[in-house]
Amino acid sequence: MTQALGSFPGGLVLSGQKKRSTQTPIRRMPLTKILVLPLQQHIGEPAVAIVEIGEKVLKGQKIAAAEGHVSVGLHAPSSGTITAVGEHPIPHPSGLSATCITIETDGEDRWIDRQVNEDISQLSSHELRQRIREAGIVGLGGAGFPSFIKLNPGIHHHVETLILNGAECEPYITCDDMIMRERAQGIMDGIEVMQLALNVKNCVIAIEDNKPEAISAMELALASRTQLKNTKVVVIPTRYPTGSEKQLIQVLTGKQVPSRGLTLDIGIVLHNVGTAYAVGRAIKHGEPLISRIVTVTGKDVKHAGNFETLFGTPIHELLAFCETKRQAEEPFIQGGPMMGYNLAGDNLPVTKTANCILVGVDDATESTTPLPCIRCGDCADACPVSLLPQQLYWHSRSKDLEKTREYNLFDCIECGCCSYVCPSQIPLVQYFRFAKTETMNQEQEQQKSDHARIRHDNRQERQERERLEKAEKQRKRKAALAASKAAKAKKEAEAAAETQTDKQET
Amino acid sequence: MPLFRLSPPFLSGTSRVTLHMIQLLLALVPALIAMVFFFGPGVLVNITLAITVALIAEAIMLKLRDRPLKPFLTDGSAIVTAVLFAMAIPPLAPWWLTTIGILFAIIFAKHLFGGLGYNPFNPAMVAYVLLLLSFPLEMTTWLPATGVTENSLDLVSAFQFIFSGELANGAGIDTISGATPLDVMKTQVGLSELPSYIINQPLFGLFGGIGWEWINIWFAIGGLFLIYRGVISWHIPAAMIAALLVISTATYLIAPEAAASPLFHLLSGGTMIGAFFIATDPVTASTTLKGRLIFGAGVGLLTYIIRAWGGYPDGIAFAVLLMNMLVPLIDYYTQPKVYGTVK
Repeated sequence: MTQALGSFPGGLVLSGQKKRSTQTPIRRMPLTKILVLPLQQHIGEPAVAIVEIGEKVLKGQKIAAAEGHVSVGLHAPSSGTITAVGEHPIPHPSGLSATCITIETDGEDRWIDRQVNEDISQLSSHELRQRIREAGIVGLGGAGFPSFIKLNPGIHHHVETLILNGAECEPYITCDDMIMRERAQGIMDGIEVMQLALNVKNCVIAIEDNKPEAISAMELALASRTQLKNTKVVVIPTRYPTGSEKQLIQVLTGKQVPSRGLTLDIGIVLHNVGTAYAVGRAIKHGEPLISRIVTVTGKDVKHAGNFETLFGTPIHELLAFCETKRQAEEPFIQGGPMMGYNLAGDNLPVTKTANCILVGVDDATESTTPLPCIRCGDCADACPVSLLPQQLYWHSRSKDLEKTREYNLFDCIECGCCSYVCPSQIPLVQYFRFAKTETMNQEQEQQKSDHARIRHDNRQERQERERLEKAEKQRKRKAALAASKAAKAKKEAEAAAETQTDKQET
Repeated sequence: MPLFRLSPPFLSGTSRVTLHMIQLLLALVPALIAMVFFFGPGVLVNITLAITVALIAEAIMLKLRDRPLKPFLTDGSAIVTAVLFAMAIPPLAPWWLTTIGILFAIIFAKHLFGGLGYNPFNPAMVAYVLLLLSFPLEMTTWLPATGVTENSLDLVSAFQFIFSGELANGAGIDTISGATPLDVMKTQVGLSELPSYIINQPLFGLFGGIGWEWINIWFAIGGLFLIYRGVISWHIPAAMIAALLVISTATYLIAPEAAASPLFHLLSGGTMIGAFFIATDPVTASTTLKGRLIFGAGVGLLTYIIRAWGGYPDGIAFAVLLMNMLVPLIDYYTQPKVYGTVK
């Protein structure tokens, strides 16, 4: 079935730079001596360590448990001994440290017992979700949102369409491309599981047309699956940021996700193809998520390519394995050149969200003093969300947060198209992030002060009530006293009167 | 070793303000050659003078405002203002006219509002209007185009006249100057002459005035180059030309005895420099897509109204400034529908 594709406004046609890392098949990054595992590698609450220092663990053994609903567990990527549970630098835009579990590997790479499931049709959707959660699976496209939640539409939503995102629109990154080329059957396993869990009618695998090998591999794998008759591969034009959730939905369906709403609101669920592969491994082979495909590329990497890397592997060891000559003053990026972030150093672990390590961007933007905005509007023409970045910039600069919200700041997906086209070289995305954070801080402050005010009001009300009650009690007591006094007086008077009459009578 | 930006996006396109300005200047070259051909080399003297004064004024203002000199002197914006202004005024305008105009454009219209990017009004047009109101005689003293009369003013005598106010033979400017076709059209239609008769006079060419029509065509070709290069978008020129075409056609059809032909309007005066080079100034024009269409149409409409029924033969400068005033309003009411807010 061919269906006319929609499109989104703006966007960019970028030079893909993908050849460099697709010349060799996926290779396995050798086991390193030390593995460092941050407790939070996903959006939500950090996991809680359930192992102690000195404890021996097996490959795949759970070492940290999910905490709260939006959270997933963490597993030992290899067998060895826990040597530390404590602060360690993590990959983060601000170079933060966080609690990590350190494993000294024993080189045996010994697995725990794995539960193999050939027939998944016997499992309920609840059971499937539970297992996916237990396997520690999060979105591997880069955001790291716990996948089981996105497989649980709840009773209020009905999912029409499952979209498998294989667009991979950012330059340089090729981990999804390679996994689709080489492990299409594994991805199909995962898609079957996801369809069971969601009970969907339609399923679309979206791939940009700059990946012909991946497209044919996926089509071939799909043809061999009788259970996936409802699924089709849709080839979409290569245009950044078509792989962004909202834009991909617009391209495939013509629909728009409501502002600040969920894809579920229009009956759509999206998962990354790499996530689907992980789901397949977890359900069919009983393997928790302990590794991922990482693209290591850039002009300073001698052996660029894709590497199946255990979580916790130090990035500097991965770079050394690819013979990388990192230049200190160049950006050193986790993610792509458009939406990735600069890493503070290379003694950081590979995590669940590390889709790409980019060392040496060709024609990287030089750091210059930006010229003033000349209001050319190129940014507005490039914005895939139809924002007016020039207005947002103006108001962010003057910290007029109220206005930035009026101009839909929170619909900005931070794709960077506006900064890319800006002739004045203004780092627009930075301004928008600043304004967003500032607004959220203010909202928090506001909430806090609201809380405080409400507490204060309640307290005053309570005090007033207590005072009134006290006064009432006092009044009642006084009244009672007065009444009893009066009664007494009356009695006395009566008694006196009686005596009087008695006297008179006598 | 250059320093690199360490925040996303780490890539950027090739678009740069200075590059825009350079392309804009390049696009003016064909029309400039045509101007020299038809009106002599005076315009070259004016341009040189204007650029010099503009850069000096810009430098002084940057210094006074404590801004870095290099990035702002080399961004090209002052030069563009100077060149557009010099091409808009008469080719033998006296030196003090050019100087006053440029000083006013750079100091008052640009820097007192905050410099590049912050001026609400097009600086070249502010200066043009100031001079038109203050020195109407000097601002309307045009030369007849080559082909109308044999005027062979060479570079030296043009230079001499601009700086001394006298021609080589000691004669005044009025011995060689003449009215522009738009001027003649306005005056004689006012005297109830028929436009169809007026255009038979020697001043007029195929569609507009001799010389003027070619200059306009070359401005338009330069403008198309800018659209092709992505320096300007098609919206403002298209809307302006369309509006001018519609209203001039309508009046021409209704009252041919009092209205010049639509083609005459398109190829006379400042129509094409206005459409492609003045109204498209990004700083002072509307920025939304719909807004640009409204802005352009407004300029076209006002230009016609001023030409046909106003007090001045041409109306581009007034029309642009009037529409500049409306830009915040237009932009506010023409915001595009943001993703997810469309039902």
